[in-house]
Amino acid sequence: MRRAPRDTEATARSVTRRALLMGGGMAAMVAALGARMRFLGVEQADQFRLLAEENRINIRLIPPARGLIQDRNGKLIAGNEQNYRVVITRENAGKTDAEVEGVLNRLSNIIPMTAQDLTDAMKELNPRVNSAFVPITVAERLSWTDFSKIAINAPALPGVSPEVGLSRVYPRDIDFAHVVGYVGPVSEKDLTELKDKEGAENVDPLLMIPRFQIGKIGVEKWMEDTLRGSAGTKRIEVNAVGRVMRELDREEGLKGKDLRLTIDADVQNFVQARLGEESAACVVMDVNNGDIIAAVSSPSFDPNLFVRGISSADYAALTEHDHRPLANKVVQGAYPPGSTFKMVTALAALEAGVIDENTTVRCPGYIEVGGIRFNCWKRGGHGSVNLKRGLSESCDVFFYDVSQRVGIDMMAEMGNKLGLGQRHDLPMSAISTGAMPNKAWKQEKFKQDWVIGDTINASIGQGYVLATPLQLAVMASRIAAGRQVAPRIIHSVNDIEVPIAEVAGLDLDGSKLRAVQMGMFEVMNGQHGTGRGSRIVDASMQMCGKSGTAQVRNFSDAEKRDGATKNDALPWRLRDHALFVGFAPANAPRYAVSVVVEHGGGGSAVAGPIARDALLRALTGGIPPLDAYPADQRGTIESRMNDLRLRLPDGSQPEASKV
Amino acid sequence: MSFLEYRLKLAPSGIAKVFYIQWALILVLIAIAAIGWLMLYSIAGGDMDTWALPQIKRFGMGLGLLFFVAFIPIWFWRSMSGVSYIVAMLLLLVVHFFGTVGMGAQRWIDLGFMRLQPSELMKVTLVMILAAYYDWLDDKKVSRPLWVLIPVVLILLPTYFVLKQPNLGTSMMLILAGAGVMFAAGVSLWYFGVVGALGGGGIAAIIMSEGTPWQVLHDYQYKRIHTFLDPAADPLGTGYNIIQAKIALGSGGWAGKGFMQGTQSRLNFLPEKHTDFIFTTLGEEFGFVGAISLLALYTLVLVFCITAAIQNKDRFSQLLIIGVAMNFFLYLAVNLSMVMGMAPVVGVPLPLLSYGGSATLVILLAFGLVQSAIVHRPR
Repeated sequence: MRRAPRDTEATARSVTRRALLMGGGMAAMVAALGARMRFLGVEQADQFRLLAEENRINIRLIPPARGLIQDRNGKLIAGNEQNYRVVITRENAGKTDAEVEGVLNRLSNIIPMTAQDLTDAMKELNPRVNSAFVPITVAERLSWTDFSKIAINAPALPGVSPEVGLSRVYPRDIDFAHVVGYVGPVSEKDLTELKDKEGAENVDPLLMIPRFQIGKIGVEKWMEDTLRGSAGTKRIEVNAVGRVMRELDREEGLKGKDLRLTIDADVQNFVQARLGEESAACVVMDVNNGDIIAAVSSPSFDPNLFVRGISSADYAALTEHDHRPLANKVVQGAYPPGSTFKMVTALAALEAGVIDENTTVRCPGYIEVGGIRFNCWKRGGHGSVNLKRGLSESCDVFFYDVSQRVGIDMMAEMGNKLGLGQRHDLPMSAISTGAMPNKAWKQEKFKQDWVIGDTINASIGQGYVLATPLQLAVMASRIAAGRQVAPRIIHSVNDIEVPIAEVAGLDLDGSKLRAVQMGMFEVMNGQHGTGRGSRIVDASMQMCGKSGTAQVRNFSDAEKRDGATKNDALPWRLRDHALFVGFAPANAPRYAVSVVVEHGGGGSAVAGPIARDALLRALTGGIPPLDAYPADQRGTIESRMNDLRLRLPDGSQPEASKV
Repeated sequence: MSFLEYRLKLAPSGIAKVFYIQWALILVLIAIAAIGWLMLYSIAGGDMDTWALPQIKRFGMGLGLLFFVAFIPIWFWRSMSGVSYIVAMLLLLVVHFFGTVGMGAQRWIDLGFMRLQPSELMKVTLVMILAAYYDWLDDKKVSRPLWVLIPVVLILLPTYFVLKQPNLGTSMMLILAGAGVMFAAGVSLWYFGVVGALGGGGIAAIIMSEGTPWQVLHDYQYKRIHTFLDPAADPLGTGYNIIQAKIALGSGGWAGKGFMQGTQSRLNFLPEKHTDFIFTTLGEEFGFVGAISLLALYTLVLVFCITAAIQNKDRFSQLLIIGVAMNFFLYLAVNLSMVMGMAPVVGVPLPLLSYGGSATLVILLAFGLVQSAIVHRPR
């Protein structure tokens, strides 16, 4: 707007007045800053000057010892070992790249270093990558001889200093590779992720130490904050050539907390050895409190390789192996549960009241629904089948029929209650949720309506249903205990026990649950039970169980006619998955077990015996006694047990006894 | 006073404008920046390419921007105030919404050649819109509650989004710079008194409430306050930086250790040594003398600005210059008090010294506006 010239003059004067006031305020602040500079730089300087004249003070972080990981009985799973290493500080090694390279070359004449090591070291010593003051580790895990050679040759190696540090070691190498995981150096990616998550200024300064090791997968990763501890500091005085003159003071950090797992290392080792080279997974779980006693994925790998820096050849061998040793099949592998799912169908039907223990279904070997023929595994049919026979002889037609009466939604509800399609939260990487489909699920996922054939496939654990070995073990535990047992793997932190969560009941009528348990008992111990071959004869340890054989592909009618479905005739990756779930003792359940052998063939023939051995190992606390096995099998069992390469009591692997 | 009242014929035009530019101010800015380049060269261990060269290039670009802005008449910039405020606000919103969803907590927008922080741009546009507002507003209404409310909203709107980023330092600067323009425009002192008293009381209440059931902040936020009060209590977190900074400044002594001879400020784990904590290197290598000289240069910039504001008879120009000076003052006051342990550590760079694109460009852009106001002032 237009103002009268007088007003303009007046407002300008007012602004001038205020501006001068503000200028005064700024001047006062500037004076305060100047005074502070004088205080720090002139008056307080004496405090630092003595130390700063010829020497320098350097604050170094002291990495804390990482927390130990033990099994439920205190046996060491992950520990720390002394590590003799060599560090170089760029600033003291030389001004130009050529000088630093000279030092490195002299070093490589003294200790073993490859050309690759030298290039890596040069890269890390670049002042743009790391500050010239940061000590860079150039060689690790030296022998004592090499280590002392460096000390002797110190004058020729400016900037090089030998150090003793701790590094992670896994004495039970392959047994815990999947559960505990491994540590590795902090990567740029780790740092960026942390900075995004916690804000740049909240990131632990320890992580800035070059090659500082943090958990990469498994318990090591998911319990990182507990295991890491916090840094200590030391103030050291360095002379003009960079030698450490003395330590001024030191504040110790806090050691990481020790973890105790619920896993029994000996059971774990037994199961790992028992699975051998199969591509398989096995979980043993305490049905009363959810403790995971063993969680084994096979084949496994040696996590120590990763800590020391795995060679690309070794790594390629692991990634290219068709049995996928790096995958933790216990939680990452989702398999069609096959007949092991029949308990879910049965319980859903009993709960819905559409059948009772005595309802019978006639099995002619197949049923036809909507013009499609669904076969029973037994071509000739089972005749008249009730629930107990349906389970014990694994009659598919019984469940085809029953499932049509219950409907998928109620089956899915029961499956969820038993832990299928649920994510069980354990400190492990890439935990799969599996799949417990219902109508809404298919609509959302495939934009298709649910058809009756889907229900029939689901009733015997085929089709869309997928479960992980962990979920199957949880299912078995819940059927055994009648409660929604939740798995737990961390037993205690620094000897303070992690509380076991109170769990809800299954909200099922006791007699219905017992009917299904009886069916599972009959599977193992009945005259015609499909699992009879892997029964336990010791009356105090008798098993309940259910085997499953899951197809991994569809067969054409022609193939069925020609008998081309025989597993032995198929290439490995087309064979059926063998599954087994169970628990024991039958009268007072303690442990539940689940076994999945990828492309193993028949569930009762392959997975059942493994489950029995694992249960017996957990129940007896030692090598399973022969008299628990049926008399006619004892000979083969004995030789198999003798062939297992189990660890010696100190955790070490015995020398191979035979070729 | 609107531009219609300018005696346009008296305003310099064309290349003649060069003679009206406040060259002394520009020389001081270049001198300050040159000190920064020296420090960046030294911190990189005698290497130009790491930090110094990119910073010189950015400064050169910024200087070009300064002249470009200076040559365009100030009345054009006033008419652009509203638009530029809205644009800066939109950019803030873009960062706010896409920052959390798509790009993972970012404060900036990637322009390819540099990363633009809208919150930095907002520092200038906020000053522009407030200056334009008070230029437009009838002088007698300045202190009426309703007319005070409007600029308060203009200030708090961007502040809210900057605070959400979260960027405490910049949001504080927005409030203080905005308040500075309001103060200069003649808003009654009572408002400042009341707000100041309430703010002081609020801070006191926050500190007093610790440990009581109704405590206001999170525990970790209290921990930061304690760290500020006693850095030794947390020698590894924020306290670590303060201790390091003090050792560096203290060991510099009267005349410093000499160029490239500083050691403390190049220690490990001082992550912001080339950005927010660059002053420590100066203090260590050139001592008290170097530090106080830098402070003198900064003071000179402020003196030039306030003089220019007083000489100018155009209300928009006056307020704009004061607002820019206030921003510049806040940068250096907050940064220096933080580095010298007089204020908590918040991320505010040292103007023209710290390595970084957005802040440098925005500061030079702001001084472009100041020069435009000087060149085109009513004569």
